[in-house]
Amino acid sequence: MKSGFTLYTRKELISLLILAALIFLVFPAVLDVFRLNLVGKYLTYAFVAVGLVLCWGYGGILSLGQGLFFGLGGYGMAMFLKLEASTPEATKIQSTPGIPDFMDWNQLTALPGFWQPFHSFPLTLVLMIAVPTAFAWLIGVAMFKRRVGGVYFAIITQALAAILTVLIIGQQGYTGGVNGITDLRTLLGWDIRTDSAKFILYFVNGGLLMAALVACQFVRKSKVGRLLVAMRDKEDRVRFSGYDVANFKIFIFCFAAALCAIGGAMFTLQVGFMSPSFVGIVPSIEMVIFCAVGGRLSLFGAVYGALLVNWAKTSLSESFPELWLFAMGGLFIAVVLAFPNGLAGVYDSVASRIGKRRAAAPEGAPDAPPAPSDLAVPAAAAHRQPAAAAKDDEERLLLGGDRFLGKPAS
Amino acid sequence: MSVERAGPRNFRSALRRTVGAALLAAVALGPLAAQAGGPPTAKVNTTGLAVTDDTVKVGILHSVTGTMAISETGSVQAEKLAIKQINDMGGVLGRKVEFIQEDGASDWPTFAEKAKKLLVNDKVAAVFGCWTSASRKAVLPVFEQYNGMLYYPTFYEGLEMSPDVIYTGQEATQQIIAGIDWVVKNKGAKTFYLLGSDYIWPRTSNKIARKHIEKLGLKVVGEEYYPLGHTQFNSVINKIKLKRPDVIYAIVVGGSNVAFYKQLKAAGIDMTKEKPLLLTISVTEDEIRGIGGENIVGAYAVMKYFQSLDNPNNKKFVKAFKDMWGQDMVIGDVTQAAYLGPWLWKAAVEKAGSFDIDAVRKASPGIELKTAPEGYVRIHPNHHLWSKTRVGQAQANGQYKLVYETKELVEPNPFPKGYQ
Amino acid sequence: MFDSYSASELGAIFAMQGFAGLSLFSVFVLMALGLAIIFGQMGVINMAHGEFMILGAYVTYLCSHLVENYAPGLFGVYFFGAMILAFLASGALGMLVEWALIRHLYKRPLDTLLATWGLSLILQQLYRSVFGAREVGVTLPDWLMGSFNLTDMIEVPINGVFVMGLTILITLGVYLMMFRSSWGKQVRAVVQNRTMAGAVGINTEMTDRLTFGIGCGIAGVAGAAFTMIGSTGPTAGQLYIVDTFLVVVFGGAASLLGTIASAFTISQAQSTLEFFLSGSMAKVFTLLTVVGILMLRPQGLFSLKVRK
Repeated sequence: MKSGFTLYTRKELISLLILAALIFLVFPAVLDVFRLNLVGKYLTYAFVAVGLVLCWGYGGILSLGQGLFFGLGGYGMAMFLKLEASTPEATKIQSTPGIPDFMDWNQLTALPGFWQPFHSFPLTLVLMIAVPTAFAWLIGVAMFKRRVGGVYFAIITQALAAILTVLIIGQQGYTGGVNGITDLRTLLGWDIRTDSAKFILYFVNGGLLMAALVACQFVRKSKVGRLLVAMRDKEDRVRFSGYDVANFKIFIFCFAAALCAIGGAMFTLQVGFMSPSFVGIVPSIEMVIFCAVGGRLSLFGAVYGALLVNWAKTSLSESFPELWLFAMGGLFIAVVLAFPNGLAGVYDSVASRIGKRRAAAPEGAPDAPPAPSDLAVPAAAAHRQPAAAAKDDEERLLLGGDRFLGKPAS
Repeated sequence: MSVERAGPRNFRSALRRTVGAALLAAVALGPLAAQAGGPPTAKVNTTGLAVTDDTVKVGILHSVTGTMAISETGSVQAEKLAIKQINDMGGVLGRKVEFIQEDGASDWPTFAEKAKKLLVNDKVAAVFGCWTSASRKAVLPVFEQYNGMLYYPTFYEGLEMSPDVIYTGQEATQQIIAGIDWVVKNKGAKTFYLLGSDYIWPRTSNKIARKHIEKLGLKVVGEEYYPLGHTQFNSVINKIKLKRPDVIYAIVVGGSNVAFYKQLKAAGIDMTKEKPLLLTISVTEDEIRGIGGENIVGAYAVMKYFQSLDNPNNKKFVKAFKDMWGQDMVIGDVTQAAYLGPWLWKAAVEKAGSFDIDAVRKASPGIELKTAPEGYVRIHPNHHLWSKTRVGQAQANGQYKLVYETKELVEPNPFPKGYQ
Repeated sequence: MFDSYSASELGAIFAMQGFAGLSLFSVFVLMALGLAIIFGQMGVINMAHGEFMILGAYVTYLCSHLVENYAPGLFGVYFFGAMILAFLASGALGMLVEWALIRHLYKRPLDTLLATWGLSLILQQLYRSVFGAREVGVTLPDWLMGSFNLTDMIEVPINGVFVMGLTILITLGVYLMMFRSSWGKQVRAVVQNRTMAGAVGINTEMTDRLTFGIGCGIAGVAGAAFTMIGSTGPTAGQLYIVDTFLVVVFGGAASLLGTIASAFTISQAQSTLEFFLSGSMAKVFTLLTVVGILMLRPQGLFSLKVRK
């Protein structure tokens, strides 16, 4: 790295510390283990949302198939745990002891070959991340090298998620079918169902998330991150400058997929099972929503988005089970229409408004309108200066500026 | 075969029990404790459940949103009706039953989450709920860990015998074997075409059906599965026409049902002609509402309950159900099984003289219900119900006409030897 | 698998299998046409397309109920009225949605996806609150049920023929509107160059609204037609959405001909595979093939040659 590379500005460092305090101190202090476990589950989605910030917010690549990678990671972990739970003693009532129960119900008499590596924990850890990443690489090479992007990419990834779901459900002898892989008990002999295990797993999960955040920040601040933004806004110019655009896209897509896989594995550990309902289209879109609500340009925003939407989902469905879909739908629409940069965008504009007001107060202008640079710049204007686009401060100007024009088209 | 659990599961619950008992004993010593109506709370609740001197809390856990809401609505209604009737009769051990309803939202982890909330936060004395196997599998570890009692209403694939679940629907062998025997004996069926939605219940059921058919020396000429929600069955209908089976054995569920029967009819397969004959274990009166009676008329269903059953219990039940939920309601097999849940729980609690989960579990085997709409049922030590199996023929008005019922109660056998 | 059958039996089966493919084809075309207009012409990803279809189905359901109870004499023909009402209802809702939601998002096609997904959740819950969570059955006039007996063996479902006829009619109508009417000219002009179209006096906002409305209206008619073959429930719309998008994308987004060709290819592949493989695997193979081809030929089967 060149000199002058700062990973975190002071403001960002404070945000990071606040988030860390929230995850490691506040939640464990105020929530019982049951709620804490729920928060842990939400935070596994944050891995996906953070990956999407890089991939979608910065790279402009909207994947509607993140559930695919989340699921592959989760299934990897679930397969290991299931094998550990299916000792010959524990399964002696089966016709073939020693294989997972659902295989026995489906008249399998031997463990299929692709399950064999999951007897070993180190191998599981490797495969759990490597398989989804390789998959992402394959998709990326096929698509980005041919300059497929935008909407097409979204629809194709969505279709892939749908295909994997049908496949998992259809091959129930090998995958557990629609029930998924259930009744997971221990990890290397350690009972993951107890309260103390849940407590520890929550912290492991939080630690991994922090590490993921730092890694993402590193990518974002590095040259790759800057190029991604430039590509998102004027792909051709980057290409004409001599960069291989596709490789950067493939990298970031794989990176996001690896994050999803970690999230999926932690999900399995904390929830205790994995099923195809986290692989398909609906969960994949929901994951995009977490990111959109939090703010597609803010790594921290994505974490808060995942927490907030899931928390709202849980509590709304507890108190108004029949209304929560209205609320969810309304939230999506509101976020897209009114707050294209999500919570983080709202926070930024409020913060800067307060800052301005404070500065302006001596001159007696209490209702100073937001400065023109504050969101109101038409997208077209920002596009005219792609060089400037790489600057973090202006990134949030790039999305949704046109709504202030009042017309759909210009 | 009998399932019982010895002693406290872990230190935590033992501690909870002791503390709870001590606290409640203190309350019971107070002057207000000797309430009219029931035995003192300290006696009937030693484990800190949500039982007071005049109320007891139970949970209802079904999907009211999402794709499964279609199926689960009837169960919720039946459980609420049963609870209301129990309260009208004075409640359980002199305590009014209050329910806490949670939405599983057709999402399995949500089911697990809500089950945990009901058991840990709300400390309910029993949970009536779940519908799909997947949701049951998801909540099962929760019930085992926190020692709860689930009354599960759906007919299902078997291969399970949890001490924490009472299965009020039939397991696969009860439904399948009697149905196939009947169609072989009375309709002279020789060849079968098995068809189902692609998940564990149809697959396991068809596996049992195939074994049984082959044991009888008859033939399965085809077996097919389609993804849940599939709506184009023309190809399989053509295959069926090509194979000309005597019996189409269909376990299609959900929205696919509607498409399947409409297309079957449109393709010129007239089920009233009984060649081929259609036998299903998945279409209750509830599903016929969506399919339309005219599209399925003539098909045979094997279940333990039909709304048209002619007995005084059932007439009372149907009337009460319609009075509570509307005259245009229909009642299917699962709805009736869900209705049994609260009653079976009440009987077990009264037999045990306690709300404690362990006591209820111990008291459950042998509990009989003479007032069940389906007739007489009894809990087997394996936590399933002894019940009669019946065959009904679908009528154009959306009801089934009873054409056969087993003479004796059929023994539940969730791990059938020779069928696995 | 064909050993013990005579040639005529085999012929009959193949004929019926061909017909099964054709009826799947018409279903795909009906689903995809509305989407092809909206997505192809406007670049809007309408994830709520399935819900617009289901609205049409519910309108049909209401009509069948009303007619059954208040004007049983008209029962034989109510279906035609129901389809028109379904078109109007879905179209009107579509225009409303365009006005309230979509027009703010033309510059951000990916965001239309999120917003319309939110819309689809709201509509689903709305249907559930109004019509109940259960599926509703639509009673059809008798003449629509049953089948023609062409020979002893070949039976052709009447409703299948009806859906096919309807598909041809709607396709023709869309073609005429797009390529022979002044509205079609305006739509195409707006798609090609919005600013210039506005400059020559085309009301681009109104054109957008109408286009979106008509796309949704066609979805409504499709929904009405689907009551004959599928189920009507709050979440039934979601089942169609992936297939539909794949049909449109596979065909090449801006090409109506492409949509039809791709619907034909996918439906024939799927129904043939279903005959030889199990249903689930047939679906996996078809979708995988489509995705594979799309990776090789991202612009789809047919594409407009425009300079980027």
